[in-house]
Amino acid sequence: MCLAIPARVVSIDSDDMATVALEGIRKPVSTALLDDVTVGDYVLVHVGYALHKLSVEEAERTLQLMAEAGVLAEELEEMAGETAEAGT
Amino acid sequence: MKYIREFRDGQLAQKLAGAIAREADPGRQYHLMEFCGGHTHAIFRYGVQDLVPANVTYVHGPGCPVCVLPVRRLDDAIELALKDNVILTTYGDMMRVPGTKQKSLIKAKAEGADVRMVYSTQDALRIARDNPHRQVVFFAIGFETTTPPTAVAILQAEAEGLTNFSVFCNHVLTPPAIAHIVEAPSEPGEIPVRIDGFLGPSHVSSVIGWAPYEPAARDFGKPVVIAGFEPLDVLQSTLMLIRQINDGRHEVENQYTRVVTQEGNRKAQALVDQVLELRRTFEWRGLGYVPDSALRIRARFAGFDAEKRFAVSPKESREIKSCDCPAVLRGVKKPTECKLFGTTCTPDTPVGACMVSSEGACAAYWTYGRKRAVA
Repeated sequence: MCLAIPARVVSIDSDDMATVALEGIRKPVSTALLDDVTVGDYVLVHVGYALHKLSVEEAERTLQLMAEAGVLAEELEEMAGETAEAGT
Repeated sequence: MKYIREFRDGQLAQKLAGAIAREADPGRQYHLMEFCGGHTHAIFRYGVQDLVPANVTYVHGPGCPVCVLPVRRLDDAIELALKDNVILTTYGDMMRVPGTKQKSLIKAKAEGADVRMVYSTQDALRIARDNPHRQVVFFAIGFETTTPPTAVAILQAEAEGLTNFSVFCNHVLTPPAIAHIVEAPSEPGEIPVRIDGFLGPSHVSSVIGWAPYEPAARDFGKPVVIAGFEPLDVLQSTLMLIRQINDGRHEVENQYTRVVTQEGNRKAQALVDQVLELRRTFEWRGLGYVPDSALRIRARFAGFDAEKRFAVSPKESREIKSCDCPAVLRGVKKPTECKLFGTTCTPDTPVGACMVSSEGACAAYWTYGRKRAVA
């Protein structure tokens, strides 16, 4: 029920309707819940309504953080290992 | 699928799992409640439980709107559907949920009631426009995610003068339910559920923002991390919760920054506030009556309120006694501990709502995890 998918806006059809595209499927959605929707925006679609815009910058940043999540810990562990070795 | 596929990447999942394994203290148990059924399904579908150490356990919460709707409200909807001249419209998930004596909307339809499944409130409005001589009732259920489309439909019906449209409103609120789970005493003979932190709702929070969870985090000392529904989101949020627990912090943190902001969708909130108001109390399956946990239609829109337009008779609504759905929703029992699970109760012949809904914990166990010894 709370599931929603990000889809790209391909046309603005009226004051509060737009068409979104997802994997080749085009679907009309209501944009009554959002201000300033423009073509090219990614919006979260839920029960036929665009619920929120998706921030492309934040999506990239999150992926970056995920990629780094393991790395920093690995580095710290290596450093700790080296310190321990140096101490013995 | 842009912005979905990236968040299912196997290599990144391994990295995050590695970080969790390094940072989880082996001397500690981490009981993390994922509030939403969407998270439960991500955990099962992608085998997230197998990627985290054994001392990190996911406790499944009540965040399945179909599951928490009490049987009495469903019985009322079935009664509405059977009234003369009524077309009852609702989201697909509701059709097969069993009410008292296993009656359901789909069975009512088989008996001649005009029950129609809709994808959107826009479809319900269209049915009302196309059938000016019939009464079209939209059976509205759902958390804050699904509430704004109901508010929009009522405003649109008013603007169009669509007087044959009304809403049977059953929208419920997430933050009071989280507070209730932490505070509520368990049933007699029940071991209280232990929760060290919450994976907070994804799309509910896109509407209400992350600020409303702050009182729960502050007052109950439980960290909350707003988490996206993709497997990498769940893993990253798990890592964030483990860090908070290790540090002794209990803050609201936001992992799902690509969609959730502190203030949420103000326009949607304003539309909901214009049309709906708090109910002083509302019954949830599994949780009982929870104060200030649901919404009803404001008096100004009484003409669109199905509860005011139609009389529903008081009835003896009864849950199926042997169904453990209520205990599953409280997180105190796993679906596999219910004696009906996988025997008389399967997705084909569901006895309880948790097996019907695509977000129900029983459906997740059946679909992805029924052969697991530990889940």
